[in-house]
Amino acid sequence: MSWHAAPAEAWRALGANRLRTGLTMLGMIIGVGAVVLMLAVGEGARSTVTQAINEMGSELLLVSPGTSSSGGLRLSSGTASTLTLKDAEAMTQLPTLSAVAPVFYSGAQLAYGPRNWNTTVYGVTPDYLLVRSWNLESGQPFMISDVLRSTRVALIGQQIVQSLFGDQDPLGQTIRIKNLPFRVIGVLERKGQSLDGRDQDDVVLVPINTAQTKLFGNLFPGTVRFITVQARSMGHMEDAEADITQLLRNRHRLAEGVESDFTIRDLTAVAETAAQSAQAMTVMLGAIASVSLLVGGIGIMNIMLVSVTERTREIGIRMAIGARRRDILLQFLLEALLLCVLGGLVGTLMGIGGAWLVSGLAEMTVIVTSSSIALSFLFAASTGVFFGFYPARKAALLKPVEALRHE
Amino acid sequence: MSSLRIPLSPSASFPLAGKRDESSPLIQVAGLCKHYPLVGGGTTPVLHDIHLAVAPGEFVALMGPSGSGKSTFMNILGCLDVPNAGEYQLAGQSVAQMDHNELAVLRNRQMGFVFQGFNLLQRSSIAENVALPLLYAGIGKAERRQRAHELLEQVGLVHRAEARPNQLSGGQQQRVAIARALANRPPLILADEPTGNLDTQTSGEIMALFNRLNVEQGITLLLVTHEPDIARYARRLVRFKDGRIVHDGEVNV
Ligand SMILES: Nc1ncnc2c1ncn2[C@@H]1O[C@H](COP(=O)(O)OP(=O)(O)OP(=O)(O)O)[C@@H](O)[C@H]1O
Ligand SMILES: [Mg+2]
Repeated sequence: MSWHAAPAEAWRALGANRLRTGLTMLGMIIGVGAVVLMLAVGEGARSTVTQAINEMGSELLLVSPGTSSSGGLRLSSGTASTLTLKDAEAMTQLPTLSAVAPVFYSGAQLAYGPRNWNTTVYGVTPDYLLVRSWNLESGQPFMISDVLRSTRVALIGQQIVQSLFGDQDPLGQTIRIKNLPFRVIGVLERKGQSLDGRDQDDVVLVPINTAQTKLFGNLFPGTVRFITVQARSMGHMEDAEADITQLLRNRHRLAEGVESDFTIRDLTAVAETAAQSAQAMTVMLGAIASVSLLVGGIGIMNIMLVSVTERTREIGIRMAIGARRRDILLQFLLEALLLCVLGGLVGTLMGIGGAWLVSGLAEMTVIVTSSSIALSFLFAASTGVFFGFYPARKAALLKPVEALRHE
Repeated sequence: MSSLRIPLSPSASFPLAGKRDESSPLIQVAGLCKHYPLVGGGTTPVLHDIHLAVAPGEFVALMGPSGSGKSTFMNILGCLDVPNAGEYQLAGQSVAQMDHNELAVLRNRQMGFVFQGFNLLQRSSIAENVALPLLYAGIGKAERRQRAHELLEQVGLVHRAEARPNQLSGGQQQRVAIARALANRPPLILADEPTGNLDTQTSGEIMALFNRLNVEQGITLLLVTHEPDIARYARRLVRFKDGRIVHDGEVNV
């Protein structure tokens, strides 16, 4: 049979039993749709993580109080209070470090006019913005002099702007934090979600001394929750870690063999782990979705087998008038392929639609990439060929007399 | 339909038929045997040592009681089935040596098969049914359409070209089947009880059509029938009994 006539024949054969064709295709639609959707969800997660890593800043070490065994691996450890502002000051002398940012934070209520908002207030030094590679959208940062003099100035995140000010310009306005007036001197750029899913824009930064002395009654004066430090370069990371360990053990007077009362974590490594697990999630989601594609493929094989049996006589007639084995093979293979490709087409559209819905309803980042579409299409087509081959071969190998005698 | 005349005495109408050159036969069968396996083991013989030669342009009727092996023989001649022993040459070529593809091409170009049950594809139109052998011959669309038109004209069914087979009468369907058998201008037509499902009047029309093809186009015809009236259209009669040829000669029915 000429190659251009075969698709038309296949199309007609599928049209002869629309309900069955539709139901068989549904299996394929669901399979391909699921693959597209799952890959989109996985890709979205991956890109969220990647973005979070880029926003985080690089060459970072996180020094937090508590032993590594008791602190576990939580990013926000720090129940013990062994780390002080003085430790941070001492660390600034280390040549392997380019920035040292001690942080003290606590929850607090904000008020501006009649509006209230609960948020986390961070007491930081000017280095904090540096290590987080965080820029101001407007206004200016506070200086080290603000820290030393415990001035009541604040930098506010995008979420705070939205919640307290709406369209109003917050610069120069006075907000109340735990009823104390603070002047807004800067607005932070949007930062998005952190690796552990916190909204980083829901934040107020104030000088650390202000936070410790005026805002929060600190049980252990001078202690901090953690210190983020930046190494001079990627190559200095290990040296920096060793220097910090030595410095802090000396300052804390820890004897040889005693466990350190602080923990140092390489944030880049943490981020990489997160990126890897996001990647693994994409693969796993794709694999799960592939199972439904497999089930769809088996459905196609089933229907094609039924079709070959039903049309045995037709096959006999075609052979009697000169169809070769490859003509019959091609005919049934094309029918299976057409089922899969059409199903794949509709499934892809459904998957894209589903991705759009998920991103809207669940407020997740969902990314449909062209490679995921190509992948699922290729998958659909190969499913058609793979599962269509056996029935088609069965048809092609029928003996003409026996096929004609059928029924 | 009125274009088909029904001759009252078919043999008398064609006095020259059947007297053709028999030096190089179109069909040459020697020592042909066919048996089917029995359910409990062993085999049941259906054709024993068949010898037959048919020259180009002959019109042969095959008769015999039910179960005598006529259809089995026709299927082997039509390359739809293979014998267990013996030699079959079609136009001087030994069929036994051919592979599946070559046999398919042979069925496509060298012969047309007409069945008792018409065997048209129900999903396809009349014109498409007629053009199907051309499709498998790799002929282009325009030419297929043109040739299908010609063929339908020949059997007087041009006006039903777009109809489905089940919209036609039995006689009309059989004429479509004959048109399809003629598609690639084969030298040979094999017809297994082509009038078996038709009434006498329609049978006469179909036989007249066969006769015309034989006389006007020199197409060799082998036709199985149970009815003496039908066999009388032929110029030669071969009688089967229990898988053997018991008569080969004049049409003495
Ligand atoms: N596939 C088969 N398996 C077993 N036996 C078969 C098969 N096909 C035919 N036969 C047997 O072969 C014998 C001849 O059958 P065939 O169909 O050739 O007879 P026939 O002469 O055409 O009969 P009829 O006039 O009824 O059409 C029969 O006894 C039949 O039972
Ligand atoms: Mg028979």
